[in-house]
Amino acid sequence: MLGIPDPAIWMALVLCLASTVLCVIYGALNWNRDDDSVCESPDRERAWEKEEERLEEEL
Amino acid sequence: MGLSSPLVLTGATADIRVLIVVTLIYVLVIGYLGFYGYKTTRTSTDYLLAGRNIHPYVMALSYGATFISTSAIVGFGGVAAQLGMGLLWLTVLNIFVGIFVAFVLLGKRTRRMGHNLDAHTFPEFLGRRYRSRFIQVFAAGIIFLLMPLYAAAVLRGGAEFLRATFQIDLAVATFAFALIVATYVVAGGLRGVMFTDALQGSIMFAGMLLLLTITYSKVGGVLEGHRALTALADQVPEGLAGIGMRGWTSMPAFGSPIWLSLVTTLVLGVGIGVLAQPQLAVRFMTVRSGRELNRAVLVGGVFIIVMTGVAFLVGALSNVYFMQQEGALAVAAAGGNVDQVIPRYINSAMPAWFVVLFMLTLLSAAMSTISSQFHAMGSAIGRDIYEEGVRRGHVTGGASILVTRVGIIVAFVITLALALWLPAGIIAAATVVFFGTCAASFLPMFIGGLFCRGVTRLGAQAGMVTGFMVAILWLAFAHASSAKRLMICQALFGRDTLAPFPWSAMDPLVLALPMSALVTIVVSLATRRMEDTHLDRCMAGVGVRPTAS
Repeated sequence: MLGIPDPAIWMALVLCLASTVLCVIYGALNWNRDDDSVCESPDRERAWEKEEERLEEEL
Repeated sequence: MGLSSPLVLTGATADIRVLIVVTLIYVLVIGYLGFYGYKTTRTSTDYLLAGRNIHPYVMALSYGATFISTSAIVGFGGVAAQLGMGLLWLTVLNIFVGIFVAFVLLGKRTRRMGHNLDAHTFPEFLGRRYRSRFIQVFAAGIIFLLMPLYAAAVLRGGAEFLRATFQIDLAVATFAFALIVATYVVAGGLRGVMFTDALQGSIMFAGMLLLLTITYSKVGGVLEGHRALTALADQVPEGLAGIGMRGWTSMPAFGSPIWLSLVTTLVLGVGIGVLAQPQLAVRFMTVRSGRELNRAVLVGGVFIIVMTGVAFLVGALSNVYFMQQEGALAVAAAGGNVDQVIPRYINSAMPAWFVVLFMLTLLSAAMSTISSQFHAMGSAIGRDIYEEGVRRGHVTGGASILVTRVGIIVAFVITLALALWLPAGIIAAATVVFFGTCAASFLPMFIGGLFCRGVTRLGAQAGMVTGFMVAILWLAFAHASSAKRLMICQALFGRDTLAPFPWSAMDPLVLALPMSALVTIVVSLATRRMEDTHLDRCMAGVGVRPTAS
């Protein structure tokens, strides 16, 4: 297959391509999913930022 | 794998003035991106985690470009020229484990848990997950102790390449290279590092894609090239045939020294070791949500196959080219030096304009890896060891950024000194040492911490120390190629290794990782669970897919 007689080698080549295809399909199908940023507490995030800015100003 | 000899990529094929002008423009653009990182950095979250709002394209390319150094292209490409396409199994693991498993299974949980714990570095993530200052400082200590060796290997490779390309002194090349990288890392923090990585990754992608296209056209196409390479099987040098080599399109004989080295050290050691690399794991915490990681999987998978897949295919196929042109195998045509195969092939087979592009590709590969190493070492020294270990967390705000900046400068000085003065043998063993030790020390407690509420603080501590000790002892006294280069076994016992074959050919990962995992599990079962309130805080939202899309 693919001009390569040893199955252990052409299989590696095929699996390289298959793994890449898997990544592409997974990324495409889930392109807009798992946006959990809204689930995180924005108040907590803002509090962290304010705290850091306050400490920075103090210093 | 480190590079032990200069890469000659200039002279007859490309005008040195063109190389200098292109390099200057490149350095200016890199400098601008570093400056942009500096201007947009205000808090320690910006400096250590790029503000947790990095674009998925930038994140994926930064992850990939950090992982792929000059050695991965030139060094491993040369190994493929010597050992053949069996190395493609490493590419399979690079994509499936290094991208898919890492991003989808580990990345999303790491991001969420890192946010829950407000962790800014990989050691801080582990330390806060297990509520253990010891874990944070010990993990940072491993990074501080071993990453400079790995960084020195990458720096030496990049400097040797600059020296040969521009005909300058090695010490000057090493210093200039390290200084340029350190400057934009100190100024721009992780934002600067990731922006420059993205540019460098894009250059690497274009360079490697063209390299594959031109190579297949040189050897007569995909099928013709593979068939011609298969036909060279009777040309395998006697020395290699005697230890298991059967041709460039065949796996080595099962259980032979070459098979063991290929499968345990190159494929498993590097392929699985990537999961516990601190400078890579921290990138999961730089994106805003799991959605960005989904998108990054697509970019990362395509990027990695074009990096290592192309390097290994081209390395192996260079035998066909050299046999047609010079009647010699690739390694012989490169004067017996595996590291010279790819540069010799580029000079001989590629047009002059491509030599310039490939020079930028290699420069980008080295810079993107070392910039992340400087940042990881600096944050380990500053944030984890000084702030947490020495000051017990009593450093905040702007002072925290300053401490990390000083840490990066310390890392720069140590790496520079090692690159200039350490023997080439030790430098060459550095990557295997770092990958093996990180995987054995961190992987069980990292995965356990993400997926299992039952792993205890003592279990994690015991597993980490066991993994570290076994890996270091194995590398110094058993794993033949590393032990020979480290010279400790020779100095103490007058022998290169204490282990008989096949143990001497096995990567530390094969023994140290299972032992570390076993100790983690056994000690966790024998000790008290961590408090539920803490575990609830760690696991909040972890592994839960949001319903809204």
